[in-house]
Amino acid sequence: MKILKLISAVSIGVLILLVSILLFLGSLEASIMKVLMLIGTILWFVVTPLWMKEE
Amino acid sequence: MAENKSAAVNINQNAGGEFERTPVPNSKLKGWKSFLGMYAGEHAAGTEFMIGPLFLAAGASLKDLTFGLLIGNILAILTWRYLVAPIAVSSKLTLYYQLEKIAGKYLVKVYNVVNGLLFCFLAGAMITVSASAVGIPFDISFSVPENILGLSSPAFSLIVIIVGVVMTIVAAAGYNTVSKFANIAAPWMIVVFAACGLSALSQMEVDSLDSLLIEWDKGVSVVQSINGKVDFGFWKIVIFSWLCNAAMHFGMADLSIMRFAKDSRAGWGPSIGMFLGHYMAWICASFMLAAQIKLTGDISANPGALAWSAVGWTGIICVIVAGWTTANPTIYRAGLAFQSLFPSNAKSYSGVILAGLVATAAGIFPALSAKLLDFVGLYGTILGPMGGVIFVNHYLAKKMNFTQDYADKKESGFNLAVLLAWVLPVALGLYFIFGDQKLFAAYAVIPCWIASSLLYVIIMKLQKS
Repeated sequence: MKILKLISAVSIGVLILLVSILLFLGSLEASIMKVLMLIGTILWFVVTPLWMKEE
Repeated sequence: MAENKSAAVNINQNAGGEFERTPVPNSKLKGWKSFLGMYAGEHAAGTEFMIGPLFLAAGASLKDLTFGLLIGNILAILTWRYLVAPIAVSSKLTLYYQLEKIAGKYLVKVYNVVNGLLFCFLAGAMITVSASAVGIPFDISFSVPENILGLSSPAFSLIVIIVGVVMTIVAAAGYNTVSKFANIAAPWMIVVFAACGLSALSQMEVDSLDSLLIEWDKGVSVVQSINGKVDFGFWKIVIFSWLCNAAMHFGMADLSIMRFAKDSRAGWGPSIGMFLGHYMAWICASFMLAAQIKLTGDISANPGALAWSAVGWTGIICVIVAGWTTANPTIYRAGLAFQSLFPSNAKSYSGVILAGLVATAAGIFPALSAKLLDFVGLYGTILGPMGGVIFVNHYLAKKMNFTQDYADKKESGFNLAVLLAWVLPVALGLYFIFGDQKLFAAYAVIPCWIASSLLYVIIMKLQKS
């Protein structure tokens, strides 16, 4: 359960929020950011129901 | 603007069903922190994608927006805390049962239908928002006609109908599933809103506050060169952000939720949600329009196109999910209100189907969603005054020596005093909003609320109840 929660946190904290900050700072291309965000979105919706359902 | 989330999901589920006609028992009461979580998701909705850009399109300065929203949101939170929560904790009844005890069951039906109709228009705007995103992969965007009842392209109207029908079927068949999905999506949506804002700042090549202010002002200049000069100043922003949820706080709709509170501190519940949805999300959404104007010169506030430009497919998914998860419970609630219009042997989903059809019909007219700033003010003006009647009934009836819970005590199905106290100020408010004065709708909310409260006191005293 803790691992699943960690994956959820990474999916929105790193793959969505952090990459948008990196884009803003000029450290990342917009096209790469969009792909990483989509991966983060898919991860969130696959993993989060597994632990949120239990709670 | 509207729906639910996590630990307190039980509160929302119960708000419509359990303990409908009895006070909530002590064993079911929740601590005030449960309400923080629930409201966090409630105010990050599909409409935020629409409302945020409208501030820029209306010519608001960034300074006025930043400070105006801050003050307005604080005032809204204080209204929940000191107006709604004490009554909710004291009576522990739903808005509808509380109103029934004061106004009578037939007048509550009238209120329900009016409430349901307004819900439908709100859901219609959410359907338009979702359809704007669905159209992007098919290269179908929408234009906003000058005429309020003007249509966009046939292809966009078709997408609205398809999205509306799907949402209606889901609302009729699986409210709980979507409610659970909304809980899962809420944290993700809030983060995507923030990411959209950061991406828009990057698109504008902003590297300091000064450069942001310059880009914002350029955006406002472009909008005003096309639409003409309009004024959306500091106080207008304060009043709008304070009263855009007036039906929930001044109108006491959130009695149905806060009756589950152990104490009045639950009134602080909306504080996180308001600053995520009605501050961060609105400002981020407005940055997206500023970036679009810089990149393309296009001033249309098309949520799907804005999100697509900012964060790609994630933005498209977010707009669809945000619109869907908020339109669905809105259609469902409107359906419950309409159900009383059907004979008792009618199918239980009849009201939801009717509400979905009305919402879809409203969604076909994009000018309605473009008028969202006016609509939410209108919503508060029409429904807010009933909260004034509840306030007077709760605090003043005994002190001023007239009957508390009049309809309940007198076994009346229709309290004429409530009808007059509600309809007369609202009619006057609507006259100023739609008449030659063209009053900004949110400005009418508090005068109507005060007028209804005073009128109810006067009529009750005159009829020596």
